[in-house]
Amino acid sequence: MSKSTIAAISTAQGEGGIGVIRISGVDAITIADKVFRAARGKKLSEMKGYTAAFGQVVRDNEIIDEAIATVFRSPNSYTGENVVELSCHGGLFITREVLRSVLEAGAVPASAGEFTKRAFLNGKMELTEAEAVIDIISAKSRIAARSALSAKEGALWKRIEGLKNSLVNTAAHFSAWADYPEEDIEEVTGENLRQNFSEWLSELDNLLKTYDKGRTFREGIDTVIAGKPNTGKSTLMNLLSGRDRSIVTDIPGTTRDIIEETVIVGDVILRLSDTAGIHETGDTVEKIGVDIAKNRLKTCGLVLCVFDGSQALDEDDKKLIESIKGVPSVGIVNKTDLGVKIDRIYIKDRLDYVVEISAKSGEGYDRLSEIISKVAGTEDFNPSEGILANERQRNAVMNAKKALIEAKNALDIGMTFDAVEVLLEEAIENILELTGERVSEVVVDNVFHNFCVGK
Amino acid sequence: MNYKAGKYDIAVIGAGHAGIEAALASARLGCRTVVFTINMDAVGNCPCNPSIGGTAKGHLVREIDALGGEMGKTADKCFLQSRMLNRGKGPAVHSLRAQIDRRKYSDVMKHKLETQENLELHQAEITDIKRTDDCYTLTTRMMAEYEVKAVIIATGTYLGGRIFVGEVSYESGPDGIFAASFLGQSLKNLGLPLRRFKTGTPARVLKSSIDFSELEEQHGDEPPIPFSYDTDDLGENKVICHISWTNEKTKEIILKNIHRSPLYGGKIEGVGPRYCPSLEDKIVRFGEKKRHQLFIEPCGENTEEMYLQGMSSSLPEEVQVKFYHTIKGLENCVIMRPAYAIEYDCVDPTEMNATLEFKKFNGLYGAGQFNGSSGYEEAAAQGLIAGINAALKIKGKEPLVLDRSTSYIGTLIDDLVTKGANEPYRMMTSRSEYRLVLRQDNADVRLTPIGRKIGLISDSRWERFNRKQELKAEELKRISKVVVPPSEKINEILVSRETTPLSTGAKLIELLRRPQIDYKALAPIDETRPNLDSNIFEQVEIEVKYAGYIEKQLKQVEQMQKLEKKRLPEDFDYRELKGLRLEAQEKLNKIRPLNIGQASRISGVSPADINVLLIWLSQRK
Repeated sequence: MSKSTIAAISTAQGEGGIGVIRISGVDAITIADKVFRAARGKKLSEMKGYTAAFGQVVRDNEIIDEAIATVFRSPNSYTGENVVELSCHGGLFITREVLRSVLEAGAVPASAGEFTKRAFLNGKMELTEAEAVIDIISAKSRIAARSALSAKEGALWKRIEGLKNSLVNTAAHFSAWADYPEEDIEEVTGENLRQNFSEWLSELDNLLKTYDKGRTFREGIDTVIAGKPNTGKSTLMNLLSGRDRSIVTDIPGTTRDIIEETVIVGDVILRLSDTAGIHETGDTVEKIGVDIAKNRLKTCGLVLCVFDGSQALDEDDKKLIESIKGVPSVGIVNKTDLGVKIDRIYIKDRLDYVVEISAKSGEGYDRLSEIISKVAGTEDFNPSEGILANERQRNAVMNAKKALIEAKNALDIGMTFDAVEVLLEEAIENILELTGERVSEVVVDNVFHNFCVGK
Repeated sequence: MNYKAGKYDIAVIGAGHAGIEAALASARLGCRTVVFTINMDAVGNCPCNPSIGGTAKGHLVREIDALGGEMGKTADKCFLQSRMLNRGKGPAVHSLRAQIDRRKYSDVMKHKLETQENLELHQAEITDIKRTDDCYTLTTRMMAEYEVKAVIIATGTYLGGRIFVGEVSYESGPDGIFAASFLGQSLKNLGLPLRRFKTGTPARVLKSSIDFSELEEQHGDEPPIPFSYDTDDLGENKVICHISWTNEKTKEIILKNIHRSPLYGGKIEGVGPRYCPSLEDKIVRFGEKKRHQLFIEPCGENTEEMYLQGMSSSLPEEVQVKFYHTIKGLENCVIMRPAYAIEYDCVDPTEMNATLEFKKFNGLYGAGQFNGSSGYEEAAAQGLIAGINAALKIKGKEPLVLDRSTSYIGTLIDDLVTKGANEPYRMMTSRSEYRLVLRQDNADVRLTPIGRKIGLISDSRWERFNRKQELKAEELKRISKVVVPPSEKINEILVSRETTPLSTGAKLIELLRRPQIDYKALAPIDETRPNLDSNIFEQVEIEVKYAGYIEKQLKQVEQMQKLEKKRLPEDFDYRELKGLRLEAQEKLNKIRPLNIGQASRISGVSPADINVLLIWLSQRK
């Protein structure tokens, strides 16, 4: 049957107690062996079906989590293929990390319903059961269709309706003009087309922004805790996560790697990385950590920039402030319990927000939480206004945007309108992928509705 | 008493544009063919506009010609004026249209049928079709019985035809020829569900009664371009057309008498096309428009009848006289034939396969208006495909199904048999998602090899086609090599076309890629240019200029063909697939798509349903 070995998180994603990563396919056991180290040292490939082993999931010799691996051998598994299920600690971050290492070891991500599909295709189910499976799969896609758009009453549908109508009207105008050249139809000109393009593109951009905000809600913000060594970053991380995870010492450079944790502050999910302290160092190992941290700073969604409030700002602090220019940031003046000596005005002038806390005692936490909501934009964000909820929708909009940009380019270099029109229809097709309508029917209907044509 | 009139392979009922192509194709493919026409003088009649082609229809004519059909050649022979529509809007929508001499067209086509080997043409009304084990028996009004292996129904507007002019209504076909009044019942008895469609035509007026002095003239292109790849030279345009407009007075008269229209009075039950509305329709639906355009076109070289394109109506003759007289130039016009609406029987095309054979009736085919389409060209295209497939079937060969990416013909038939027709179906460029590939200039490249394989392309034509492809390839090679050095001459050309002058040498192909530059512009500096058929230059230029866009469409074609290759079984009851929505089950059982691609185009089959089908298909393997 299928050659690829697939993997996915098969428990509900979120803050569950246990997360299961399921791997299915010919190489499921070999792949699992690459990431799983049994406590008793026995390889999974040496184990019989329906047996389990306790051990650790590792990546690059680093332990990600403790887990139980259950081995199923073909054909006695849910899918009928070799299957390994890794049960690890729940939570977004851990399960994803485990999945990531499984994928790195050679599995490919499973698409929606693929385990069931394989089970079905491998004859694991009777005909009557198979019908039920199809029911489930189609029910899923029906719910998905209903969720935002196809039902034509979803918030997103309403939101894109105007855009869709505008695109379809333009395409229909072109079609009427081209298909009825001798009718009295207003000429299509580059001028009126050009004006539409900027409106369409900005609307698409707005839509894409909703995806980012929506994702902020669902998946959290990639957040870096930055600061020179020993300003209390690890203490802050522990305050936010409520767990003693980073090694907290008074020796600068204790945290050499990026330690990640998903925490909820107010109503915002933060995916925290506690980075190695950023400073000039001669220690090679430490330098790698510092480099990674610097890189992270540029790509993350939020920087919590920690300063030791009990000391004056130094060059390292100022460099850090300089390096996070343009990234949403909150300056955190820590160690207020030791008295504040730092130049607050300097920080306030350069960072979006400043808050004073004592990570040790927890003082100032509420204020920090408020500010994070503000930065995340969740204060004024209303998902019922219509947002792009998933990657498929986002892709459709991205493709529409791409087609429109190409169409605009065609127009700008002076291509004939038929080429522009074909690209325009591609954009419409992508938008309609969200509503389940089809492009040629829509355009043709519109032609007859809006234009007086005939022999 | 009935008498036995003989046995034939294929019978074609009707000798209009569909019947002609069907009969010629079938006879040329070696099948003994008999054609019936109600009136021998109405073979290849043009009861509506005296023109062939037009937007998307011009594409169809070129495609028919490329496959080995007749329409393009005959239109060229009878041409009066030729225009390439939509110049300037891009090659995808360039469409050829010719005014033709309608009597001559009819004569030429009739003579072609008369002289075609394997073909017999009879004036006869078919009143009955009976199915026996492996053949059909057709009975004529004169009680002759013909036994045939396959039947192609191409009855046009004759089947149950009824004409409406105001309060007047009577059974009739077009142009005063009687309708086929018996066949409909026979088809119903056979089990074909018939329904009513309607169409209409404007008045013909006497040329000498028109005052052309203040009307805008419309001239043909010089030199006129032929439809057929076989026609070398058309000569000069022979006529001019004129343009006029309706006005507030016209509108007033129509609105005052609208209750006398059979359409608005509820007498016509048939569904009319949205794209071919009568003038009263236009005025009611688009009340804000102050005026509507009309074209005055000659019906032939040896007649004074003039066709008033755009002025179709079913109002009483008395009202027609009044409103036509409000129009500039027509103030004193004499109506020779009044405008009328005509209602007729046709079939639901989703009852057919893409071969145009009825799903439930082996050997029974339909084409043209009978299938729910509208227009001469749409009819001819279907006739050709029905004729080819009936013949291929009798010869025991694989049927011909053109998919949407090959042609407008394929698109037309796929639309008809997959989506059905809720109104008479007219071809439009916007109906094709592959417009940049399916151009009128390259119909030969797309279809002549297919026509050759079937057996409708002669050796000499095939050689000519291949020679043309060689010349085209050579020309492409040449422009990819020849470098144009910067010079005053070339830069003058470039600047005059508002594009950047050269500072270093550029290849001809690079210059042609610029939207502002064409072959014509480069003529003064292109010294090595060979003397080639203008169609070769046309194709090369378009392929060079639109390469990126064409490639994009070809990728889409590839995607589509993947889905077309996933075949669906012919006999499966989709109600058994519980995962499908109810509407999808019903539609799939009715349409019986051949593959996933076709299934995905059925309205009422959602993307989720397609997923269910895909999973189910892979499980069956």
